[in-house]
Amino acid sequence: MPSLNDYLILSAVLFTIGTAGVFVRRNLITILLSIEIMLNAVNLSFVAFGRAFGTVEGQIIVFFVMTVAAAEAAVGLAIVIALFRHRESLNPDAFTALKW
Amino acid sequence: MFSVISNNSFVIAQVGIAAVVWFLLQISAAVMVYFERKVCAWLQQRVGPNRVGKAGLLQPIADVVKLLFKEELRPAAADPWLFALAPIISATAAFAAFAVVPFGGSTTLFGLLSEPLPLHVADVNVAVLVVFAITSMGVYGIVLAGWSSNSKYSLLGALRSSAQMISYELSYGMALAAVLVLANSMSLRDIVNAQSGSLLGIPQFRWFVFLNPLGFLLFFIAGIAETNRAPFDFPEAEQELVAGYHTEYSSMSFGMFFLAEYINMVTVSAVTTDLFLGGWWFPGVPESLGWLVFLFKISVLLFFYLWMRWSLPRYRYDQLMSFGWKVMLPASVLNVIATAAAVLYFGL
Amino acid sequence: MLFYFFGALAVIASLLVIAQRNPVYSVLLLITSFGALSGLYVLLDAPFAAAIQIIVYAGAIMVLFLFVVMLLNTPHEDTDADEKTHPMLRPGPMRFGAAMAVALLGELAWALSRSGPSSTFSNTPVTSLSAIGYTLFTDYAFQFEVTSVLILVAMVGAVLMARREDQPGEKR
Repeated sequence: MPSLNDYLILSAVLFTIGTAGVFVRRNLITILLSIEIMLNAVNLSFVAFGRAFGTVEGQIIVFFVMTVAAAEAAVGLAIVIALFRHRESLNPDAFTALKW
Repeated sequence: MFSVISNNSFVIAQVGIAAVVWFLLQISAAVMVYFERKVCAWLQQRVGPNRVGKAGLLQPIADVVKLLFKEELRPAAADPWLFALAPIISATAAFAAFAVVPFGGSTTLFGLLSEPLPLHVADVNVAVLVVFAITSMGVYGIVLAGWSSNSKYSLLGALRSSAQMISYELSYGMALAAVLVLANSMSLRDIVNAQSGSLLGIPQFRWFVFLNPLGFLLFFIAGIAETNRAPFDFPEAEQELVAGYHTEYSSMSFGMFFLAEYINMVTVSAVTTDLFLGGWWFPGVPESLGWLVFLFKISVLLFFYLWMRWSLPRYRYDQLMSFGWKVMLPASVLNVIATAAAVLYFGL
Repeated sequence: MLFYFFGALAVIASLLVIAQRNPVYSVLLLITSFGALSGLYVLLDAPFAAAIQIIVYAGAIMVLFLFVVMLLNTPHEDTDADEKTHPMLRPGPMRFGAAMAVALLGELAWALSRSGPSSTFSNTPVTSLSAIGYTLFTDYAFQFEVTSVLILVAMVGAVLMARREDQPGEKR
């Protein structure tokens, strides 16, 4: 029977994988996917805490986080499309116009 | 011997009913293949297939054998993993959605079982959401089929089809929400049992189609658009897009898409029957024979599907999308509001 | 036992997401990871969260990602020299980033191990769906409405930003 700590460690591992993805990958879409992994890891810990304390707030916060993630993914992908139109590349290193 | 099985374990009953449901779905797909061509023929004043077996009844078997013997082709530039995965996703989503749909009251199989067996594979208390979730996974089969075929007809058909499916999912969900307001539960068995009250003095007649006819219409139309059937079948129109997303598929992979489409039709009909047409309740019919009533109601809805395919012209893609967003979505939102107001005011 | 299966599936799928070169495969692996997380939510007696995870995340957001990946059809993300080495092995900021991620994992594991004895889940009554709906529409009604405005803003913003630029002088 897994305990609360097991779920939290799993959430931490997933969060770290997402963070590593944001740092390591050089493709804008994969970076956005890694951000989604991080959001999901946080959702998991919310639901685990909700179950541990017997409240319903865990699932409600998950509902809100999912909505915010959807909005952020939509806007992020629109930005990626707009950037792609300018530079024909999805590599974040190609967008150096603001570099001094 | 039967008592050994029935006393033994819950697992055997569960596996048994899952196998029965799966088998019945396969048979229903075969029946649909036969009746599609027969109904099409009758509507066009022809006879239809009548060579293979008596009155053409073995035609589905002939079709399957033909598909099995065809050569399995794959375009050289197609992605092999995704090309093989797409029909699997389509067929799996189609079958899996039926797992939470109840199709009858409890039955004791005419006295063979020691305790009554409820006729569903799984009774989940969020069954409505599960059906919705699995149907939205069916979009992936189409999108991946179009993408992995690496051909422009396939990609166009797939993008259009998936855009259509996710647009009509909104009206689908909203019409569902109206039923949830009326039934106070998300479990399909509870929703069906909520329709077993009496309406105007007739027992077992409190079907939601009478309480919420607009919702029924919206749900059924959205269901037709979800399953990519006429008149919403532009993405797979044979005349316009060379068969759309399954252009490059042959033999059993094409057969799987075909199968998935028919099973989706059966699932949408079954869910519509459970949500709006009273499931297995009919005035005067006892609950143990409810599955016959359910079968009859599904047959009526499936006949409507076939009837519409062969008598209505096809919507053009932009007409289809504007209908879904500008007509069906506002109508379904207003339907939810009106239903909620009616429940509060009339105490339904 | 199911926890270990779903947990391992989620972790392996997420690792493969960040290791895959082809973005379509990344999206599909992320969908399986979401499916595994949905299974974990069912184990945590949260069927509502599980269902909306599949409906919203795996069924809508990932379709959006897949559309964008298919539209911007760039299978290769790097120059030919970088093609030879796997993204994980390249020098420079990537190695630093990976090291930071491992450091983060170490810190989180340390913090969790100091939180006291691990508490098994008590047999608190399972929250029902109507309780979720009730709390959502009474205690959190304002947040609910604000979220709907947020979605509206995101829709308008996404449509505006992905619009094709016109030639100057052309009326839109």
